[in-house]
Amino acid sequence: MAQKQFREVIREAIREEMERDENVFIMGEEVAEYNGAYKATQGLLDQFGDKRVLDTPISELGFAGLGVGAAMNGLRPIVEFMTFNFALVGVDQIINNAAKIRYMSGGQVKIPIVFRGPNASAGQLGATHSTSFESFYAHFPGLITIHPSEPYDAKGLLKAAIRDDNPVIFLESEQMYGWKQEVPDEEYLLPIGKAKVKREGKDVTVVADGKMYHVAKKAAEELAKDGVEVELIDPRTIKPFDMKTVIESVKKTNRCVVVDESHPFGGVAAEVGFQIQRDAFDYLDAPVQRVTIPDVPAPFSRKLFDAWIPGPKQVIDAVNTVTYRK
Amino acid sequence: MSNTDKASITSRTASITKATDLPKPTRKTHKGLNISEEQLLELYESMYLQRRFEERSMQMYQKGKFGGFLHLYIGQEAVSTGSGFALNQDDDFITAYRDHGHGLVKGITPNEAMAELFGKKDGCSRGKGGSMHYFKPEKHFWGGHGIVGAHLPLAAGIAFANKYQENDRVTICFFGDGAVDQGALNESFNLAQLWKLPVIYVVENNGYSMGTAVHRHSAGKLADRAYPYGMKYDVVNGMDLFSVIDKVSEVAERVRETKEPYFLEVVTYRYRGHSMSDPANYRTKEELEEYKKIDPIERLKTYILDKKLASEKDLEAINEKVEEVVLEAVEFAENSDFPDEKELYQDVYADDDFPYLT
Ligand SMILES: Cc1ncc(C[n+]2csc(CCOP(=O)(O)OP(=O)(O)O)c2C)c(N)n1
Ligand SMILES: [Mg+2]
Repeated sequence: MAQKQFREVIREAIREEMERDENVFIMGEEVAEYNGAYKATQGLLDQFGDKRVLDTPISELGFAGLGVGAAMNGLRPIVEFMTFNFALVGVDQIINNAAKIRYMSGGQVKIPIVFRGPNASAGQLGATHSTSFESFYAHFPGLITIHPSEPYDAKGLLKAAIRDDNPVIFLESEQMYGWKQEVPDEEYLLPIGKAKVKREGKDVTVVADGKMYHVAKKAAEELAKDGVEVELIDPRTIKPFDMKTVIESVKKTNRCVVVDESHPFGGVAAEVGFQIQRDAFDYLDAPVQRVTIPDVPAPFSRKLFDAWIPGPKQVIDAVNTVTYRK
Repeated sequence: MSNTDKASITSRTASITKATDLPKPTRKTHKGLNISEEQLLELYESMYLQRRFEERSMQMYQKGKFGGFLHLYIGQEAVSTGSGFALNQDDDFITAYRDHGHGLVKGITPNEAMAELFGKKDGCSRGKGGSMHYFKPEKHFWGGHGIVGAHLPLAAGIAFANKYQENDRVTICFFGDGAVDQGALNESFNLAQLWKLPVIYVVENNGYSMGTAVHRHSAGKLADRAYPYGMKYDVVNGMDLFSVIDKVSEVAERVRETKEPYFLEVVTYRYRGHSMSDPANYRTKEELEEYKKIDPIERLKTYILDKKLASEKDLEAINEKVEEVVLEAVEFAENSDFPDEKELYQDVYADDDFPYLT
């Protein structure tokens, strides 16, 4: 096992799948000659040539749709968005075409495509560059949405995504590309739709995805010093969402906080909270709490940004609320 | 046979070709363009201010005074300056994220501009927009826009409103060569021509869309995109201030009169990387040097000195003044406060008491 960066495992997953299957190709802005805006695709052009590693114009609608067409006709495209903020320009192709054509064709057309790239905020980039899309994409039937927080999960899930016959939204993070974790050298895949209990605890269940997993982890470490044992669940896949693991945990802890980088209205946290009250109501000792970004766009100013992005403190406060400690 | 030869879809040109070709500059003199000697010095000052403002911004960024993206306009100042001069003060400007030059030309003060970079409350967007999202509508500056191509339809709308209100204003919309590949351009062009909107679309072709040279991202000639819509278009030298003034004046007059759009390809060059994190390895030093030889500011300076319209000393005095203005802007930005935390919830909706969810 070796320590590997998030960007390295993304690259490895793509490389291994391209070596395995000739029909896999990758395209996006600056993925080839520039080696990727965030260097996730470094070296792929040299290895596979420009038939399979393609620089696109800034035409998200065009190349997202081209990818869908290619997938309909037998290929397995990986479409890199420089960030998912820019995918909004092409979102008609993802929601109306990628997500719905299988259904509208009565199942005759399959669309094995992966749309991947960085999601959510990455510091002070202003409102247009800081949106978190996990709740948005998970809203639409027909799409799989994956939001890993660590390199090990990212690699296994990306490989599974590339082999999956559904359109997959695979959300990464600019800020996490350099983060490292022990990752096996031998090949492995992980199942889509399976959460992982990453820390066991008896006092409170905390569910946190993507970058927010790390925020929740810090909070859990702080709380442990205070004698509060958090059971920390990383859903890894947003859709399908592994509610079974969450419900089992809540039945044990009787309390839950959901942490997510979406806005609150109709977000992942809202959905998870709803399902817990429906399926584990009798087990709850306190109303489920959530920690999300506020109901406002991302501000630029450092001071406002720090107030906007959730940190361990908000998670600790929410845990204190559900445990009636404060 | 290499992979590349076999089935190349995106053409990789082996040799580095020049990113863009410059059209010939105008031969008109300042007199021929109706520029007074006083105005000439003001134009020099404006270009030099944009340059020094950005050089200082870069320094402040490197010192860690502020974060986010910083895209520098250095090298392209003749475009913003010439356009500002050719148009009326109440004509409307809108541009992409490389917006410091345009903002300063339209009347964002250096203090407000620097404070915005620092995320301070006295910034032109009150610290909420940052480098990419400058705004000053009272001066007809409609932003700084971070999504490539997204502001092209807005320009059509601003022009639509001007025509609707019969106010005779012209809108000018700047964007990079990369934006030409966006669907938004085609839809905006069609609407603007179909509805005869008084808007000048200006592509600042600086040779690259991030690391991708123009010929690798765009089919055909950029200016020709206007052709299928029956929109008038032309190509102009953007390293030469007089050429920009000459062309934009002519175009503005026509657009104001006919209320029809116009597409101008201005060929220019950016000296710095795409943003602060880009080492610009995709181009040669020689190419950069070649453009620096025809630097728009140096060019104007040489013209002024050759024609003896001012002395070296006069220009030096302007430079010193600009230097002071910029240093003062830095100090202003440093001393300005961060916005109050309650500002987070202000300006999202028109209502002060909007019921936010938590
Ligand atoms: C829709 C969209 N896609 C991608 C990006 C990321 N991006 C920002 S600037 C840029 C290159 C644009 O180049 P160009 O239009 O030539 O303008 P220049 O930077 O040269 O001024 C890219 C790819 C974006 N901001 N918006
Ligand atoms: Mg460009």
